[in-house]
Amino acid sequence: MAMATDIAALLADQAPLPGHEPWPRYQVDALLWTDIGRLLGAGEGDLLGLWAERDAVHLALRAPTLPSPCVISLPVTDGAFPSIGHHHAPAIRLERAVHDLYGFIAHDAQDERPWLDHGAWGVRVPLGVPEEVSPRDPADYPMLQVRGEGLHQVPVGPVHAGIIEPGHFRFTANGETVVRLEQRLGYTHKGIDGLLTDVALPQAQRIVARVSGDSTVALSFAFARAVEAALGIAVPERAQVIRGVMAELERIANHFGDIGAIGNDASFPLIHAYCGIFRERVLAACDALFSHRLMMDEIIPGGVVQNISAAGIAELVAALDEIEPRFAQIVRLYDDTPSLQDRTCFTGIVSNELVTRWAAGGHVGRASGRDFDTRRDLAYAPYLGLTLAVPLFKSGDVDARVRVRIREVEESIRLLRRWLAALPDGEVIVNIPRIGEAREGIAMVEAFRGDVLVWLRLDADGRVARCHVRDASWFQWPLLEAAIENNIVADFPLCNKSFNCSYAGHDL
Amino acid sequence: MRTLLFRSLLSAPVTMGAPKPEIADLEEVGAALTARARKLFGRSISIREVDAGSCNGCELEINALNNAVYDVERFGIRFVASPRHADVLLVTGPVTKNMKVALERTFDATPAPKWVVAVGDCAAGCGIFQASYAVVGSVADVVPVDLHIKGCPPRPIDLLRGLIALMDLATAGKRA
Ligand code: SF4
Repeated sequence: MAMATDIAALLADQAPLPGHEPWPRYQVDALLWTDIGRLLGAGEGDLLGLWAERDAVHLALRAPTLPSPCVISLPVTDGAFPSIGHHHAPAIRLERAVHDLYGFIAHDAQDERPWLDHGAWGVRVPLGVPEEVSPRDPADYPMLQVRGEGLHQVPVGPVHAGIIEPGHFRFTANGETVVRLEQRLGYTHKGIDGLLTDVALPQAQRIVARVSGDSTVALSFAFARAVEAALGIAVPERAQVIRGVMAELERIANHFGDIGAIGNDASFPLIHAYCGIFRERVLAACDALFSHRLMMDEIIPGGVVQNISAAGIAELVAALDEIEPRFAQIVRLYDDTPSLQDRTCFTGIVSNELVTRWAAGGHVGRASGRDFDTRRDLAYAPYLGLTLAVPLFKSGDVDARVRVRIREVEESIRLLRRWLAALPDGEVIVNIPRIGEAREGIAMVEAFRGDVLVWLRLDADGRVARCHVRDASWFQWPLLEAAIENNIVADFPLCNKSFNCSYAGHDL
Repeated sequence: MRTLLFRSLLSAPVTMGAPKPEIADLEEVGAALTARARKLFGRSISIREVDAGSCNGCELEINALNNAVYDVERFGIRFVASPRHADVLLVTGPVTKNMKVALERTFDATPAPKWVVAVGDCAAGCGIFQASYAVVGSVADVVPVDLHIKGCPPRPIDLLRGLIALMDLATAGKRA
């Protein structure tokens, strides 16, 4: 049989499983699973996620020939499945995580080292058939070997020098030039996949909101949409727009934080100071409107918790009026300061080939020419029917990642103004119906750092039987290893900040 | 750029928009903090932040203490890069099993006298992650804690109030 060269052709004869919304889920056999893996490796589609439950592995993907993303599921009967990572490198870390949590072996995997399991849990494969084991020395981990004349290694972390999350970086350098960076993550692993197995819906909702605090709005948004898709709930229009308002406020608050922090790491504290003020102004407005600076637990299945009053709208518009002209000044300052651009231009370059292969979302993808934004390309309310300017750069360096953020702040402010000027009337929440049968839902939302995916299955009683969250960071962290190559060690903080991947969102 | 720098020099300290009442308390809280730090240490306090497994929400708010609005250095609070330079450890998150050793080592590396503040509901014993195989528990389950600051995450002003409470405790010689 000639090998199909197109994922749509492979799936054409498959009937989607019932009760999975809004995108189809197909049960596949090992052969079809492998063929799809091979096609992903050949660049025929994007890997959107790979996760497991007790008796199956699931893979979410998107392909230009398919009308929508889909999930393929392979039942696991003998504790193993064919490796996708063997054909498509972006799956490697996901498969290592699946192995650590469920014990499923990815056949033909090139990297069989543990990933999230540092030997400290006291139990092996906690979500499969758990087995008590005595702790291993966490340092007992085979880092990749780098050989060559004049090379030395610099280990950094897990506890870093700043107020940031923990992770370990092993630099191999020649003089001050980085030859290789190897990351070791998983320090903040809290067992979220386990906590999201057979849990009451409100509890699941609170856990998902805390997968990565900086993206709490986007994560709750995706969770709510997945539940709503599963149960066929229509959310009131006013609630949809308020969700959009919160999502864009979260985006600009984080982008201000990042632009400032990048400025700081490039020894330009003035930008840091101003962006810190902008961020603070946004958070104060969020606090005034939603009684929470980060707007945690505000989006729930069925709508939003709090309505916005006319005074609230005025408060937000006033904040935007203050910020917008001052931000424009800071952007001009960035443009007019060659000494700053000397640090950001041509530093930490990621190729278009890599961001495409990894389907890296957010500023990491768009700075290297990957033209994708969930809000436009897998549009959802309140972005449906809007024309959204998606900034795109080609240079793939720190400068481009800064500029993507700048343009996105401007676009978010435009969206906010438009929504706030004409907020639809009506309710902001509807009840969640009892369906009496198991249902499944999936959703993707554009968080400030890229697309997040939430998949879930609700049982007949409306409990969450299983939920999985995939943060944008999974497909960005590996590219940071590539970005720093041939840069000097001292530029690592700058490159790292320009990515600003989430440790918590990745470690789960 | 020069104009901007010049204007920054001449303009009043930053307050944008109508601040929330608690931010209006900032100067007062700050002054209380400075007075206590002087009395207790005769200098500023040095703080080392340790994320022992947080969701990063607490880090965002701790970071905010350094922005130009809170600007806590003016109250004599300094965030330092090494535990060896720290008087106080601010610890966030439920302590994950993967971070337990790192937290213990950081604590051991901090010279006495030292104080530990558990920041956030997770650090104080967050129910939400507690049931997990991957979590040891609250910060107090791993290192001795002098003070808990509640909140998910605590607001920056709550963090400052917490530090005042810590110094009152320390002056009174009470150790947890
Ligand atoms: S207390 Fe809340 S904000 Fe802080 S780490 Fe825990 S979940 Fe995140």
